[in-house]
Amino acid sequence: MNPTMTEFEQAFDPPNREQVPPVRTIVLDRPPEPVRPPEQREALRPAASVAGPERLRLEDVTVSYGATGSLGRRGANAVRSVSLSIHQGEVLALIGPSGCGKTTLLRTLNRLTELTPGARRGGRILLDGEDIHDLEDTALRARVAMVFQQPNPFPMSIFDNVAFALREQSRRRPRRPELEPLVIDALRRAGLYDEVADDLHRPALRLSGGQQQRLCIARAIAPRPEVLLMDEPCSALDPISTGVIEELIHQLRRDLAVVIVTHNLAQARRVGDKVAFMYLGDLVEYGTTDQVFEEPRAPRTRDYVRGAFG
Amino acid sequence: MHTWRWSDRFVWAAAWGAGISLCVIAAAILLYMGYRGIQYLRPELIFSRPQASIDQAGSGGFLDPLLGTMLLTVIGIAIAAPLAICCALWIVEYGRPRWLTRVVESSIEIVAGTPDILIAVFGLAVFQLHFLAFASSTTNGLATGTSFLTAGAMMSLIALPPLFIATRDGLLGVPAHMREAAFALGKTRIATIRRVLLPSVRSNVATGVTLGVSRIIADTAIVIVMLGDALRITPEGGVPGLNVLRGAGSSLTSYIYDNSPAGEGLAPQKAYAAAVLLLLFVLVLNLAVERFSRGSLARTGAITAVEGIV
Repeated sequence: MNPTMTEFEQAFDPPNREQVPPVRTIVLDRPPEPVRPPEQREALRPAASVAGPERLRLEDVTVSYGATGSLGRRGANAVRSVSLSIHQGEVLALIGPSGCGKTTLLRTLNRLTELTPGARRGGRILLDGEDIHDLEDTALRARVAMVFQQPNPFPMSIFDNVAFALREQSRRRPRRPELEPLVIDALRRAGLYDEVADDLHRPALRLSGGQQQRLCIARAIAPRPEVLLMDEPCSALDPISTGVIEELIHQLRRDLAVVIVTHNLAQARRVGDKVAFMYLGDLVEYGTTDQVFEEPRAPRTRDYVRGAFG
Repeated sequence: MHTWRWSDRFVWAAAWGAGISLCVIAAAILLYMGYRGIQYLRPELIFSRPQASIDQAGSGGFLDPLLGTMLLTVIGIAIAAPLAICCALWIVEYGRPRWLTRVVESSIEIVAGTPDILIAVFGLAVFQLHFLAFASSTTNGLATGTSFLTAGAMMSLIALPPLFIATRDGLLGVPAHMREAAFALGKTRIATIRRVLLPSVRSNVATGVTLGVSRIIADTAIVIVMLGDALRITPEGGVPGLNVLRGAGSSLTSYIYDNSPAGEGLAPQKAYAAAVLLLLFVLVLNLAVERFSRGSLARTGAITAVEGIV
């Protein structure tokens, strides 16, 4: 554990993460990078992916909903035998037509599917080598954070939205002065701080849609998760906000592994390092972005990325 | 206009007529009570205690009934609010087993539909049980079942349904993605309820409390049956504080009843003065409900449901 960390920061750093390479602590004091205008973005993109250690490993993951499930008939498998591995420093884009299990797969990774009555999961999901089923769900969700399709900040102030994610993680309830640097750091990493710095205590619901979504990202990354799940994070946003968030995803992937579900093939191509194509619950194709889009192996993938169906 | 059919014109006229006549009726009640009451309402009536007297000039004011109304309101809400809020939380947030929630909801509907005189008589029977003797005044060692505490306990049944419905509808109005966002941040259900759900239904609870208060201060049957027939607050037993709760007294409604020509009719002028005061309270509470409900309640349309049952 880093001796320069404060006592409070150490409280956020459970001992079972010690076998993980100390990537997280290195980036802790990285100064915030400004969000660049779109015309500079492509040039800054590294040619090769900056893949780090493996964070999540999926082995034969199958998810089915019972009679009360929202997808399909009784016992239908929403996700069938998916095996994948997700690395830090990489953005994995999940693409595929609607109702093909992308979102279900995403929600399985932080066990949100368990909130749906009748949902069942088979296979194993390992987070840093640990079966997520053996973790407490609250602890898991602090390490595998999620951003939703609709920006959903809580009806509180900007500060409280981010602080809410940090509070109650540790036994001792942290006070506001202890939380402030962590909140500001999270807002910086989400590229929102400069826009809201003048008044952190104004209601979050008064922000624009794109700012709200970045607030949700700040909230999600505040407890320093290892994986960030994003469920179509830009589909409710205008093109400019979308660009800002794609740029942000690009920066965030250094600190964590990103899994993003998207219907927008161009977006998958822009932000994804790896692309997984799902069709009717099956993982049809998985590979680097260039490979999936330029020389897809499966005919179904070829049809989809060329826009023949979907 | 000349293209309208006769039936349309009739309905149009009837709708206007009904609306205007309701306004006229409300105005007539207010003006008549105001005219009869305000000429007798003196500040000293509010601050002086009632005296038993044949002569209206010597019968004092209604300080005790006013305090009695307040005490009943406090007891009733203190019991009803936690019950109603917990009940609503359990039904909306946990909701299992299904059949039990249905039983609970229809039980509350039955309580809401029970005439208050039945609640009063039932309460009397319950609190005359020997082991509940501590709550009421006693004669010859037998519990009478009448006291502020017992009347307040039955008042809570009157206040519970509107409080429960306002809270439940408020919770139902909180979008599901708000809960999901909290769960995805690794929050437990309790933390979600405390930090996200209860703050967002605050205005609904305030509406429910106000509706409950206006029902309690307007209730007559429970006071007449369960509060004894003392004009003044009459402590019972030697323990300070508890002796008032165990003792008899009166409320504004029972004061009006007793002093009006319907009761003993000894001080009709004071009955009018007390009546106009009560009417003012109810008007203020109605305005408060309107104010509170302009928040989240108005958007979800829950206010109509709440008023439907009152």
